[in-house]
Amino acid sequence: MKRKKRERNRKRLSALFCALVYLFLFLPISVIVVNSMNATTSKPYLSWKGFTLDWYVKLFDNSSLLQSFGNTMVIAIVSTLLATVIGTLGAVGMYRYKFKGKALLDGLLYIPVVIPEIVLGISLLTIFALVDIPRGMLTLILAHVTFCVPYVIFNVRARLAGYDSSIEEASLDLGANRIRTFFEITLPVLAPGIAGGALLAFTLSIDDVIISYFVNGQTKTFPLKVMESIKSGVAPDVNALSTLILLGTIVLVVLTQSDLLKIKKKVKR
Amino acid sequence: MSSIVQLEGVNKYFGKNHVVKDLNLSVEEGEFLTLLGSSGCGKTTTLRMIAGFEEPTSGSILVEGQAVEEKEPFERNVNTVFQSYALFPHKTIYDNIAYGLKMKKVPRPEIAQRVKEIMALVQLTGFEERYPSQLSGGQKQRVAIARALINRPRVLLLDEPLGALDLKLRKQMQLELKRLQRKLNITFIYVTHDQEEALTMSDRIAVMHDGILDQLGTPEEIYEQPQTKFVATFIGETNIFEGNIKELAMGRVAVRIENGVIRGCGYGFSRNEYITVSVRPEKMRFSPVPVKGFQLEAQVKDYVYVGSVVKCIAVLQNGMEIKMDRLAGEELPEPGSIIHPWWEEKDAVLLHNPENQVLEMIDSMPLV
Repeated sequence: MKRKKRERNRKRLSALFCALVYLFLFLPISVIVVNSMNATTSKPYLSWKGFTLDWYVKLFDNSSLLQSFGNTMVIAIVSTLLATVIGTLGAVGMYRYKFKGKALLDGLLYIPVVIPEIVLGISLLTIFALVDIPRGMLTLILAHVTFCVPYVIFNVRARLAGYDSSIEEASLDLGANRIRTFFEITLPVLAPGIAGGALLAFTLSIDDVIISYFVNGQTKTFPLKVMESIKSGVAPDVNALSTLILLGTIVLVVLTQSDLLKIKKKVKR
Repeated sequence: MSSIVQLEGVNKYFGKNHVVKDLNLSVEEGEFLTLLGSSGCGKTTTLRMIAGFEEPTSGSILVEGQAVEEKEPFERNVNTVFQSYALFPHKTIYDNIAYGLKMKKVPRPEIAQRVKEIMALVQLTGFEERYPSQLSGGQKQRVAIARALINRPRVLLLDEPLGALDLKLRKQMQLELKRLQRKLNITFIYVTHDQEEALTMSDRIAVMHDGILDQLGTPEEIYEQPQTKFVATFIGETNIFEGNIKELAMGRVAVRIENGVIRGCGYGFSRNEYITVSVRPEKMRFSPVPVKGFQLEAQVKDYVYVGSVVKCIAVLQNGMEIKMDRLAGEELPEPGSIIHPWWEEKDAVLLHNPENQVLEMIDSMPLV
């Protein structure tokens, strides 16, 4: 009897622990969602004045906020595409060829990941100033590609770890040339790793503040805009946009997850 | 019969590592040729050079009379069955098998027809829509073979294709492969380290050792008349004796070994030459009393029952163990008894022993 009781208590405790962890993770997010429907109009927009969806309408009158969101999306999409192509080719190349100093190059890849973003931000700004590229959209994209590439490489390389390169030889043997083999065999088999890397790059790009802060010039991205408005309390229309982004992200994650699972099932040996 | 694949003076280095040494080999059309050797002997590298995955450092490779060293794998009329199967994990079995034809832009209806035929041939009908991960090892193996054969290559290269299968399945696949090869009349070049597999399947066997082609011949020749000590010991079981030739007359040779004198027959040897004598366990006999011409004494140590035969292990005076096969049910001397091993002179294989030339020199030196 005692044993059963103890068992029950143990189960309850683990359930409680689990609930607390999720509460900890999701409480801050839910605050934003709730506050985006707050009818308050006085700064700092924190006391609850009743439910409204007005902010979702007003949001579309705030052209500078929408503009910043548009910038963020353009930067995220372009830099994700570039980083994914560069990172995938890099990972495949590093996997396939043996050369002197490969271990060193491998190690160097971790540098942009581990150094403080503020250092990377200053370095990039210095370089852009030295070669005199006007700060704006272009420098933002270049900077985002820089810090996204290693993440794509890591993801694709993880996929390559379980990759049997004799399937490429089999493809060549069966009459496909090298380019055909890359698109028929290499790319589809690596697709889950590439997709994972791209998704990571996309998220990193969307919410980057520190590096963007150094290289943005006059161009505002959505996170920068939010940072700016924080001095006067986060306006509920910002909350509204954040909630919409959150919704979009959830949809995206659900879609890719289910898709990834499907591909994984096929590829599993 | 004419030769379909020819290797002429082929050498391959990986860095400073000389893995294939001056290899000359001519493969006849329609034959089942096995490259046999232990791992690292250069057999797989040789196969990969024929397939086009490796380029020879020097020498030339001819397929159907045309030099192919400069050609890419996709430009050669040979196909490969890989050790790891190398099936495309993201394609269905149908698409795996159809791949080669698709690359050659064969019209769709013809592809469908040929895939259907080949799948029936390897007994995989009904598996079209599955993925490789859903098949057993033996089934994957058959897909790999079908995927290569559907292209109707003149030569099929097989790199230890049965290595990953369990013993029973392997035996079954050996027979199936042999049957397939006869039926389709395609030249097979087969790489294995399993000497039994090589003996069972091959028309000819090329035994490789340390990058060198030691011997090329039919399974019978390889087994009955090995030309080097390596071939004699690698193929099947054998007893090896080493010693100097004491007498030779009309091909009949008496050899002085550490513990006595043994006999054999062979030509081309000289008096006092240090040679190796190989005698298969099934050729060994023994008698309770000394046999004329032989001076060899051994003590029976143990019997091992292996089904059809009983293996008798006996120890010579110098501690060397010899193996003798006896038919099960035969009356056998008690362990511990002294016996006198002997054999028919023709059953011993005499081998020159280049490794032992140093020993010969030492032997001939006057004692100081």
